[in-house]
Amino acid sequence: MTLLSVKKLGLTISGTPILRDVDLDVDAGEIVGLIGESGSGKSMTALAVMHLTPVGAEKTGSVRLDGKELVGLHDRQMCFFRGTEIGMIFQEPMTALNPVMTIGDQVAETVRVHKRVGRTEAMVVARDALGRVELPEDRFPLSLYPHELSGGQRQRVGIAMAIALRPRLLIADEPTTALDVTTQAQILDLLKRLVDEDGMGLLLITHDLAVVAGLADRIAIMRYGEVVEAGETGEVFREMRHPYTRALFEASRHQPVRLAPEVRPDAVPVLDVRGVVRDYPVARRRLFAPRRFFRAVDGVSFVIHKGENVGLVGESGCGKSTLSRAILALEAIQGGHIHVEGEPVGTGASFAARRKMQIVFQDPYGSFNPRQRVGKLICEPFHLLGAEAPTGADRDRRIAEALDNVGLRSSDALKYIHEFSGGQRQRIAIARALIIHPALIVLDEAVSALDVSIRAQILDLLADLSDRMMLSYLFISHDLTVVRSITDRVLVMKAGRIVEEGETEALFRNPQHPYTRQLIAAAPHLDRALAARDIMGGNNG
Amino acid sequence: MSDAPVVLERRDNLWRAALGSRSLVIGLAITLVFVVAALVSLAWTPYDVTKLAIAIKLRPPSPEHWFGTDIFGRDILAMIMVGARTSIAVAVIAVGIGIVLGVPLGLAAATLRGTLGDEVIMRGNDLIFAFPALLIAILITAVFGPGAVNAIIAIGIFNIPVFARLARGAALSLWTREFVMSARVAGKGRARISIEHILPNITNLLIVQGTIQFSLGILAEAALSYVGLGAQPPIPSWGRMLSEAQTMISIAPHTAIIPGLAIVLTVLGLNLMGDGLRDLFDPRLRRSRL
Repeated sequence: MTLLSVKKLGLTISGTPILRDVDLDVDAGEIVGLIGESGSGKSMTALAVMHLTPVGAEKTGSVRLDGKELVGLHDRQMCFFRGTEIGMIFQEPMTALNPVMTIGDQVAETVRVHKRVGRTEAMVVARDALGRVELPEDRFPLSLYPHELSGGQRQRVGIAMAIALRPRLLIADEPTTALDVTTQAQILDLLKRLVDEDGMGLLLITHDLAVVAGLADRIAIMRYGEVVEAGETGEVFREMRHPYTRALFEASRHQPVRLAPEVRPDAVPVLDVRGVVRDYPVARRRLFAPRRFFRAVDGVSFVIHKGENVGLVGESGCGKSTLSRAILALEAIQGGHIHVEGEPVGTGASFAARRKMQIVFQDPYGSFNPRQRVGKLICEPFHLLGAEAPTGADRDRRIAEALDNVGLRSSDALKYIHEFSGGQRQRIAIARALIIHPALIVLDEAVSALDVSIRAQILDLLADLSDRMMLSYLFISHDLTVVRSITDRVLVMKAGRIVEEGETEALFRNPQHPYTRQLIAAAPHLDRALAARDIMGGNNG
Repeated sequence: MSDAPVVLERRDNLWRAALGSRSLVIGLAITLVFVVAALVSLAWTPYDVTKLAIAIKLRPPSPEHWFGTDIFGRDILAMIMVGARTSIAVAVIAVGIGIVLGVPLGLAAATLRGTLGDEVIMRGNDLIFAFPALLIAILITAVFGPGAVNAIIAIGIFNIPVFARLARGAALSLWTREFVMSARVAGKGRARISIEHILPNITNLLIVQGTIQFSLGILAEAALSYVGLGAQPPIPSWGRMLSEAQTMISIAPHTAIIPGLAIVLTVLGLNLMGDGLRDLFDPRLRRSRL
């Protein structure tokens, strides 16, 4: 009998249909990948199984766990299943743990809720669970607090809470999306091992085809609250019966078309970074303790030529965002110097230097003041032109031109930002960066928050703009696939230093530094995962 | 483009939510009654509040005098109407002082975060906070003489740190947002960013807090005039009506109950309105109330 059997599951929230006829099976010892873009209903499916849907939700259809019907159960009865029979892991390890409880207490809490055991016994179970997620006792005592752990370790605690009572079904909602690639690889290995050891069923929800391609036995692809295609992983990738599956697959491996830039090494470089050092003062622990510093960027030097796209990769905390803020003159540097087209950049950088560079941020929702119209938002950089800033009809023409360049209509200038989707907002962010015709745009994880199909469109747009306008990009990202597709050269950063630099293709094909090798090996790669499944024979991959 | 725009009719939704929020509608209705009464009193009152008519003193409510008369035979309805004017004027100006001085201080402190300037502003605020507000208000009015103007100043001073703290806290979280970063990339100065980007995004909070401070202001004004330090005779004031009624409470209870009810209702209405506005502006709280 299948462990989890979802049949014709429908869900409406206050009358709005969210899910329609969702069919899904998970067997014991099996990993099922549930894939979809944002708003496809993949997380809502998991919440519906767990009875954790928001107020006003109405369910139809059937959800059976080991033959027992869950739809229609009272919340109190459902509490029995949560934790004991079904465990759940969430995306954000930073907020999934209670910051004022020790990790031992948090894992033991699940045990004490369900079993009539005392604190000591619960702690023994908790210890065992933490051991199974590879947090050994000598280094990770039960008395630690969440803030003393890294993101990956916190996610392990989250997993320990979910598996403490050895549930038969584990639901993992984007468990590795917030983690670095090397940590992600470790967490995925751990999940796989737990499934093998305990014979659990694992429902792995993700937007990343590469993650499931390497891991899942079967996958289901969702769009608009429906499962459009489901089946054995190899089969789905081989046949791709539904056009959406194909579109998703294409978008995941999308390669924007770019012309090779004509780099003239003798000309004044667009960006010249020499021996830059950035120290942060560390908070003093005692009143008269000597001031200590943390060196976030440690003697970094590199050059970007006109029209060249340079990638900067590294894991969180490596100093790449600090470096980008220093380049944009948002933070003071303690050593070295930065020049943009020959103009020096410092904290009091001149408008002449500032107007040569712009930035596009990661979060399409936080990048705009919600209370201004788009026309006003994208004009913000005109401030840098001072008295030369265009006015009246000239200004309107520039706005229209910038919007047109990113594929939006000039009438969009009158709208407010909440009227746009995430992908459109990112286009507006690019328009804002373009409007003063800068030489350099810093793209700080600019496509990381976007769905794959939107990401492909934005990458195409960026490639096209770079070709047409001879723009240079400093493309900061943790996503190696994206960096590989759009950059000419790559810098690999670790602990404040650049450990390797080279032409993109050469570097990816033949990484020299051990850290680069580790990064490339850990990054989920769709083609490689599929090749490992040995199904690519009949495909053009 | 394949990704369909997410069109949220935000403004329409706001109106619908506002009318659907019971506490907001009730609070607004109560507040409006008093505001209208105060405005009407500027042009017309049923009787002259300065004219004494000892012959008809302490009459219970009747068709001629809806709320009865007080110890000097003045019409209580007329006094409540004029008193509403005093209370509202004092509270509005006091909250105004708090916003006009407190918000810029808070915004300035946020831009100066981690520097001496921030410390000076915020510790100064703490200093004002550390004093018991009403006692200091009594001190101020006692030193500079009782009267509506001094009451306004006394209440207003204690509104400054409330708004400064609120503005600083909200501004600090906005300063880390990416749209503020991009304004900095555009070379805009801190003062300009504070006015252009920070202030419009904290208006919601300020309105909610303003409503609550307004009700506290009315209470404070009533308390000051109760001890004789607010508006001076012959200007009627709810607090003083209460204190004058104190000795008569056993023979003419309506003289105390009616101004008391006026104070309670106004404060209740404003608090309900503040609650409703907060629910309206903070979607996370909206669902928790029915």
